Amino acid sequence: MRYLPHTSKIRHEMFREIGINNIDQLFVDIPKGSLLKDNIKISNHKSEIEVESILKDISNKNLSVSSASNFIGAGAYYHHIPAAVDHIIQRSEFLTSYTPYQPEISQGTLQYLFEFQTQICLLTGMEVSNASMYDGASACAEAVLMAQRINKRKKVVYSGLLHPHYIETSKTYTKYSGAESIFLPLNINSESERFNDFIDEDTCCVIVQNPDFLGNINNLNDLSQQCEKYGVLLIVVVTEILSLGVLNSPGSMGADIVVGEGQSIGNPLSFGGPYLGFFSTRKKFVRQMPGRIVGQTIDVNGNRGFVLTLSTREQHIRRDKATSNICTNSGLCSLAFTIHMSLLGEEGLKKISKLNHIKAVNLSRKIKDIKGVSLINKNFFNEFTVSLSKPAVSVVDKLVSKNILAGVPLARFYSDRDDLKNYLIIAVTEMINDDQMEAFIDALRGELQ
Amino acid sequence: MKEIKYTKDHEWIKIDDEYAYVGITDFAQKQLGDVVFIQLPEIGTDCTIGEEVAVIESVKAASEIYAPISGQVLEVNESLNDSPDIINSDAENNGWIWKMSVKDSGQISDLMDKSAYSNFIIED
Amino acid sequence: MNSRSRAHSFKSDRNIITEVKSVNQSLIFELGSAEKSGVDVQDCDFSANLIGDSFRKEKIGLPGLSEPEVIRHFVNLSKKNYSIDEGIYPLGSCTMKHNPRLNEKLARLEGFANLHPLQPINTVQGILELMFELSKNLLEITGMDAVALSPAAGAQGELCGILAIKQAFEKKGDNRSKILVPDSAHGTNPSTAALCGYDIESIPSNSEGRINFEILKEKLNSQVAALMLTNPNTCGLFENDILKIAEEVHNVGAYLYCDGANFNAIVGKVKPSSLGIDAMHLNLHKTFSTPHGGGGPGSGPVVVSSRLSSYLPIPMVKMVNNKFEIIEKESIDSFGRLKAFHGQVGTFIRAYAYILSHGADGLKQVAEDAVLNANYIQSKLKKYLTVRYSGYCMHEVLFDDKFLKGTEVSTLDFAKAMIDKGIHPMTIYFPLIVSGAMLTEPTETESKKDLDDFCEKLIDLAEEAKSGNKNLFDSSPTKAVLGRLNETAAAKDLVLTYSE
Repeated sequence: MRYLPHTSKIRHEMFREIGINNIDQLFVDIPKGSLLKDNIKISNHKSEIEVESILKDISNKNLSVSSASNFIGAGAYYHHIPAAVDHIIQRSEFLTSYTPYQPEISQGTLQYLFEFQTQICLLTGMEVSNASMYDGASACAEAVLMAQRINKRKKVVYSGLLHPHYIETSKTYTKYSGAESIFLPLNINSESERFNDFIDEDTCCVIVQNPDFLGNINNLNDLSQQCEKYGVLLIVVVTEILSLGVLNSPGSMGADIVVGEGQSIGNPLSFGGPYLGFFSTRKKFVRQMPGRIVGQTIDVNGNRGFVLTLSTREQHIRRDKATSNICTNSGLCSLAFTIHMSLLGEEGLKKISKLNHIKAVNLSRKIKDIKGVSLINKNFFNEFTVSLSKPAVSVVDKLVSKNILAGVPLARFYSDRDDLKNYLIIAVTEMINDDQMEAFIDALRGELQ
Repeated sequence: MKEIKYTKDHEWIKIDDEYAYVGITDFAQKQLGDVVFIQLPEIGTDCTIGEEVAVIESVKAASEIYAPISGQVLEVNESLNDSPDIINSDAENNGWIWKMSVKDSGQISDLMDKSAYSNFIIED
Repeated sequence: MNSRSRAHSFKSDRNIITEVKSVNQSLIFELGSAEKSGVDVQDCDFSANLIGDSFRKEKIGLPGLSEPEVIRHFVNLSKKNYSIDEGIYPLGSCTMKHNPRLNEKLARLEGFANLHPLQPINTVQGILELMFELSKNLLEITGMDAVALSPAAGAQGELCGILAIKQAFEKKGDNRSKILVPDSAHGTNPSTAALCGYDIESIPSNSEGRINFEILKEKLNSQVAALMLTNPNTCGLFENDILKIAEEVHNVGAYLYCDGANFNAIVGKVKPSSLGIDAMHLNLHKTFSTPHGGGGPGSGPVVVSSRLSSYLPIPMVKMVNNKFEIIEKESIDSFGRLKAFHGQVGTFIRAYAYILSHGADGLKQVAEDAVLNANYIQSKLKKYLTVRYSGYCMHEVLFDDKFLKGTEVSTLDFAKAMIDKGIHPMTIYFPLIVSGAMLTEPTETESKKDLDDFCEKLIDLAEEAKSGNKNLFDSSPTKAVLGRLNETAAAKDLVLTYSE
């Protein structure tokens, strides 16, 4: 067995040192009847060749976005990842270390997390960031819990244009936090949601997504002013972090907590995970934050160094009074993010954001000229929503045969809403070229004729 | 009447008829190590004896400070916000944490005096 | 005053040196510039944009670096990390075992890495098959009835298990208020229970490092929803009363939740179902070898008995008419959703490859060698360090600081001196119930030679401490890139982002 160093001879030498004759003497504390007499019923060990062949066969049964034209987004995005990213994250020292409990021999991890926190703050326009959460949805849920801790109010107001899976996740996390949640309905055609009816002295927080679930870019200035007036915390969710290359930061629009999904930078789609939740806020709320935080300090010789700090918020010290139960986070995914973002820099990020947007604009112009299609968005980033003259699910299924992943039908999330069955969310990234766009337009036109 | 009493949770309380000052003992601050943060109560908070009022943090520990008697928080020691280390340097004077009213002076007699507390920490 | 602490207070230098003497390694913010980029992106005509009035005009402040600069920066950073590939990493309760590289290669196959979670179901039959097969294997390994793959890490697995339990009671109209947790438990246990709205009652451990059965029995009543038990526990011992414990828990209608962080000790040897366990999370990044990645990602699938199976979260993979489907809609009984998508799928691929590679015979050998290695260390070190609880241990051995009594060397000092010996310290000051705890888990992937070498170094240090060489410990580490770091200063004067 290639991962186990002992030979049978060595094992027996070790038995002698311990003073036993057989291994089961070490398992005496296990109830006799529970110790398995026979092996579990899975096949015996396999060679590297066999395992590789089995998994390759399985992977070949999938249609990858890289061998198709992908227009699916809705919370996860197919972007280019520079080769250097994967090379660096596979270095032993990053891949096979753990949480930096011993800072003197973990400065590599601690420093990149400090760099990551700074990048997130710059992008979101906030003052402090933690060292990552599991994903955008759980980060959103933790933001709601944090808002409840801060102002001790109960009423939580969710935008109807927040990603439905984020709403569901937040519902799960806040089930027993005393939250009284209000879910605004998803309304395709309304210009802006009527938050003001729900903002008063009893409101804890308002959660909005920008760009929203349908792709619209929203100006949050009025909303944030209204929130501020009543001491309500504004939580802004960003599921496509690349948008912050061209959009005003949520912080500059008055957000109190900014959370979201960082997968777009440096991390593959990987069928939904592992991803990387980010979490940033104002400095005055830092002691209410969930998760690990890295801080700068000095060593005994006065050299700059980094440590995990404010640990008294965390479960390993505060136990039932911790700000969150999170322990392991998304360390390696945040490394991939930090490397990719360091490669891009301000210049690269702005360019790639602009390219995403312009490609989406180009497709939107062509697509709305197709008979039976109408575009619902006025302003959007790299994702927009169209209504079709047919149910979107059937169109998407048909286009698969042409190797086109046409987008996400709203029906996938709202199967109970008949009025939404013709809507399709379409994302365009730098990975789509002109030929693919033309082929999509042709295929869609053909399908809707 | 001015007297200092102690609790088993290592708080001290200095009583001056109508009101009292509360802090943690020198013994407690030594156990905690360098204090980095104190979460002060809000002025006006009503607290019952034994209830958590403040939290005091070192790097690797967080300790709740309980009300030694019942009463209302009248004042908090704001200087601890900028210099939490006062707790380390002067726990039983300038390191007071909050000032409170005395609701039931009967509760005071149940607390330990200096010599009882000294014996208590030796046994503990 | 009620203190909750992980460790003794850090002996900091009261005269905090405020001036940074030398810069070890620049930050990207000191190296890069806004005008530079390591990615070539085509220019585009932006005049036709539809951004509207939200267009960002001000500078973001992000530095860019060329590719060679980025590679050099991060490679140099990596050299400041210790890793399992370099040597033993005996963090107790963390199971820092070898991470097979085949698994990395397979997770990167186009047909896995480049799958969008919202693709049409017929385009992702392969990955669903893998998730289905992994589920089947985890159920066979644990003997349980149903599995939720989606929890992102151990702590989210706990949340999943306790929410399922709470849901089960709510469906019966039974409003139980309490969860019992041993005092030796991981902090995530009480923290999770609190998140689910429960009051936590701590059960003390007995003098043998196991849960005090008599006190447990006293505390069990119809208000108790569950006991959260780690088995093997955080003292590295198997809870040998487990069957009696399960019976008592079930007698009051409560559930037995098992924190599966230490499953590596018994994988392939015992099925948790035979121990009366109702729900348990499996850390794929521990027992099933997916890399810890400097603190994540983890992965925490939860297995449950038939009493809880209908309450598990969405999404779920099911086979319907020989085709795999994803159940995305909340059923009447499911407690809801934990994550945006289907779980840490990248870790599923690695864990599945790991299970196939070991097979039934190999997994059993994993547990046996893990336990053998821990007992070997215990046997070789027991004369020099103090083993906290007598008898054989499971996959980790717990030392306390008695052997350091009178030396003025603390557990922290001892750990820091290990760094100068070129090895990563064990988990220290955990579990909280043991003074100066040193929880040591070698794992099955350490060779006898590496174990001997490890023991020799620890014996050396124990003898140095006893001979009064306090200086060696006070000054350590001296061979790491930095000396001891001032954690007090970090917490007092918060610097959490770079500023010029």
